[in-house]
Amino acid sequence: MEIIMSVIIGFLFAGAVYLMLSRSLLRVIIGTGLLSHGAHLLILTMGGFGGDAPPVLTDGVTDFVDPLPQALILTAIVISFGVTAFFLVMAYRAYQELETDNMKLLKGNDEYD
Amino acid sequence: MVSVLLLFAPVAAALFVPMLARRVKAVHTGWFVLAVPLLLFIYYLGYLPSVSDGRTHIAELPWIPSYGISFVSYIDGLSLLFSLLITGIGSLVVLYSIFYLDKTKERLGNFYVYLLMFMTAMLGVVQSDNVISLYLFWELTSISSFLLIGYWYTRDRSRYGALKSMMITVFGGLMMLGGFILLYLMGGTFSIRELIGMAPELVQHPLFTWALVLVLLGAFTKSAQFPFYIWLPDAMEAPTPVSAYLHSATMVKAGLYLVARFTPIFAASELWVWMVTSIGVLTLFWGSFFAVKQTDLKGILAFSTVSQLGLIMSLLGAAAGAFHAEGAAGTIFKFAGFAAIFHLFNHAAFKGSLFMIAGIVDHETGTRDIRKLGGLMALMPVSFTIALIGSLSMAGLPPFGGFLSKELFLTGMLSLRQLDLFAPASWGTILLVAAWIASVFTFIYSLYFVLRTFTGKHKPDELPKQAHEAPAGMLIAPGILAVIVIAVFFIPNVIGKWIVKPAVAAVQPFLFDSPAAVDVHVAAWHGGLTPELTMTIGVVLVGLLLFWLLPKWQGLYGLAPEALSLNKLYDASMYLAEGGANRLSRTYMGGLIRNYLIYMFTGIVIIILGSLVAKDAFAISFEGLSPVGPAEIGLILVLIAAATTTLIARKRLTAIISLGAVGYTVALLFVVFKAPDLALTQLAIETVSVALFLLAFYHLPKMSRHDEKRKFRIGNAIVAGAVGLMMSLLAMSSVSQRALPSISEFYKETVHSEAGGGNIVNVILVDYRGFDTLFEIAVLSIAAIGIIGMIRLRLTRKEDGHEKQ
Amino acid sequence: MKNSDVIIQTTTKVVFFMIFLFSIHIFFAGHYTPGGGFVGGLLTASAIVLLLLAFDIQTVRKALPFNYTVIIAIGLLLALGTASASILFDVPFFTHAYDDFRLPLFGLTSLHSAMMFDLGVYLVVVGATMTIILSIGSDD
Repeated sequence: MEIIMSVIIGFLFAGAVYLMLSRSLLRVIIGTGLLSHGAHLLILTMGGFGGDAPPVLTDGVTDFVDPLPQALILTAIVISFGVTAFFLVMAYRAYQELETDNMKLLKGNDEYD
Repeated sequence: MVSVLLLFAPVAAALFVPMLARRVKAVHTGWFVLAVPLLLFIYYLGYLPSVSDGRTHIAELPWIPSYGISFVSYIDGLSLLFSLLITGIGSLVVLYSIFYLDKTKERLGNFYVYLLMFMTAMLGVVQSDNVISLYLFWELTSISSFLLIGYWYTRDRSRYGALKSMMITVFGGLMMLGGFILLYLMGGTFSIRELIGMAPELVQHPLFTWALVLVLLGAFTKSAQFPFYIWLPDAMEAPTPVSAYLHSATMVKAGLYLVARFTPIFAASELWVWMVTSIGVLTLFWGSFFAVKQTDLKGILAFSTVSQLGLIMSLLGAAAGAFHAEGAAGTIFKFAGFAAIFHLFNHAAFKGSLFMIAGIVDHETGTRDIRKLGGLMALMPVSFTIALIGSLSMAGLPPFGGFLSKELFLTGMLSLRQLDLFAPASWGTILLVAAWIASVFTFIYSLYFVLRTFTGKHKPDELPKQAHEAPAGMLIAPGILAVIVIAVFFIPNVIGKWIVKPAVAAVQPFLFDSPAAVDVHVAAWHGGLTPELTMTIGVVLVGLLLFWLLPKWQGLYGLAPEALSLNKLYDASMYLAEGGANRLSRTYMGGLIRNYLIYMFTGIVIIILGSLVAKDAFAISFEGLSPVGPAEIGLILVLIAAATTTLIARKRLTAIISLGAVGYTVALLFVVFKAPDLALTQLAIETVSVALFLLAFYHLPKMSRHDEKRKFRIGNAIVAGAVGLMMSLLAMSSVSQRALPSISEFYKETVHSEAGGGNIVNVILVDYRGFDTLFEIAVLSIAAIGIIGMIRLRLTRKEDGHEKQ
Repeated sequence: MKNSDVIIQTTTKVVFFMIFLFSIHIFFAGHYTPGGGFVGGLLTASAIVLLLLAFDIQTVRKALPFNYTVIIAIGLLLALGTASASILFDVPFFTHAYDDFRLPLFGLTSLHSAMMFDLGVYLVVVGATMTIILSIGSDD
């Protein structure tokens, strides 16, 4: 299972990076969303899928899944939501003001220091 | 404990200042602020009896106990003297500022917040026994000084001066931090007291000299010693109360404090004695010489401060030299330490009053240019009297405190000649001569300051304002200081017993084991023509002669080539640094985000794949893997399908919905992998995210590939593929080999016994790693605030004046 | 976004309270069973989002007249305050305390200072999410 997941993670990352490198602002944002999914799965996979029970104390269970990656991912999920929302607003405000979402035109000009 | 918390009292009071400044318009905010230093001053006065008996008080508040870093309030003679100066002069300066700063025109909230921040920082510097917290407070003084110099931030000169002082003092602060870390490496402790206890072993250490030089760089930059003094004249752009407080009485003395505090550690080094004394005398000479060139009242005072700081610095060097003298406690060597502290006290008094007078002159005439001033004696008699007292004390004449400390200074310099520490034996004589010449110039600039302003011909046409005497309230603070200046002359030994001797005992523990052991008696008249008195008479005679001839030789200053000055050097290096950085950045910062991402991703791939190869870290093992069930297979197929759809979608709605599908599938995968918290969170987040995208949908641009060329796409695909490959290999390697056991075992064992919880993930979040969570919610809040800002604040190009220029 | 489907609106009213109560339950249960401030906060927020979708922003603003930025501030202060309170008891920053109390009505209850911290997290998550959603939603 871990090996399969590793391949899937690679696929998600490749797709995310490809989207982020494109010229459309919206695709860049969607790319970051995909990237965070890949990262979450990566952390979980690196922790391994061993253990019988969820990391919640229950009578008679001693073999828990590693809780630390889960805690890290929980944090990451919420942060990535915040960041995605921020990007999204930034993108559409930029679009409103500048009337383009072409990254090539959004690069500014040399007069600004 | 209480005395540590009191360090933070000013900054805590600062929290209320903006509210007071905004709401209570009728009363000048300064009246509220005044209470803070005044109460602290009274509190610290209470320590005088016990500290003059040689006792010390220590209180500690742990900050980062695992590294041995804490906030400490260590009150001995030295720190008490400084604390009294900070709060005492602080009270007077706040009182003065009430009349100096107009309550309707100035942004008082900012001013007093900065000032209170500085007070906490400065108290922290002088009371910290822990070098790390000392460094923290040290940099905070630089920052508050920056803010106060730049208080009138619309003026170019203010911004320039603020930046310059910040650059130089923060540079020195970083050097000092390096020195502290070296000391820690040598002694294994951050505590200054413990380091002092270890001084004999530290001297042997190979890193000792490095630590010494680095700490001295910190002290020299802060105390405006040559060649770092150039920031102080430019710092005069600050409001005058600030100049009186930070740039003459307290902050610039932090360097002196540092040297004094570390004397017990470094005195054993000849280099220390040599450097501190020579740089001190050089600064004294340089500052006093160029003070006469200045035409701005505050400029004269700035250079005079530089020279007086050099004077005290050289005395501290001589005080360290006493370590090397045989039986120093009984000989002429015992005077230097006393002289340093005594003059530090005197200087704070007379220079504070002189700055306030300069401020009054500026305030009442509208100019500080000494060429336009003159003849104000008749118009401003009280100011004139105070200025005369301060100047004559600075010149070293009786019956003022400055006379006594000047005599002691000459004694200290004389003692250097008997010290056979210097390689050329004549060095002590050279220093003595330089000190004497500097004293002559000190005499000249003192007269220059007071006589050119208040005597001579009044030129009302050149003054922007009709000159008249300042309001009584403004004269109170300098008046009190002038009274102290005179009082010191008549009761020097009372001051000596209560204030100076305890501090001397802290600086020279190798000479005196208690304040009572400091066997120095100050007298104005020693019953005969001592060498010191002879020198003073010489200073007065030569000084008067040169002052009389001043118009004939002042033009000589113009001969020095401006292009070679230290200021030009600073400007040129700043210009080169900025220009060079700009050109370098432009070579790779083209503005296209895609290129930046390519740099980053390629860099990451090279680093990680490179280290996988170099360390032979790649491994793949099919043992001990968890089984693959039908549910997992199904979910993975859905995930691949959804991700592919996202990738190739031509409509934005399709892309958004398929991204949501990826998210929900990931949530289900979390269920399969026994992560209930994650599954719940992911489901909720995904719901909110989709709602978010739909709400924003109306505003979003249409999806378009913007005619990406084939080459462009292929390049992207290669980078994307490389990143994906790297991630796959990384994940495989990490699941296939476990070099270290997971630290989660600790959490699993202690979750109930230590943390009293059952859900390990949640307990990690709120307890074990609560810091992360705290910052995380802070980030979330910042994102929310940022979004409000972007949506509500519509600063378009047309409305924003700044963009138009 | 004016929506006037009566069936949706009526159902939403009921479902809103179900989700909301569930989120409160999940928040309180978080220390021992799955849940906690993050999930609780997000579920509460999504309940409100549901109301937004069924009604419109003005109606929801009227029904729930909170200033969500203030809620963020309260949450942050609560979390920071809980963390710093330990300093007053002379233990390092962020040391939590807990004990079992016998309360009337609830019986033996474990009270935990981490719960206050989690409440801060809950409030920040609700506040931030709603701030984001409402800012975007009310922009035209």
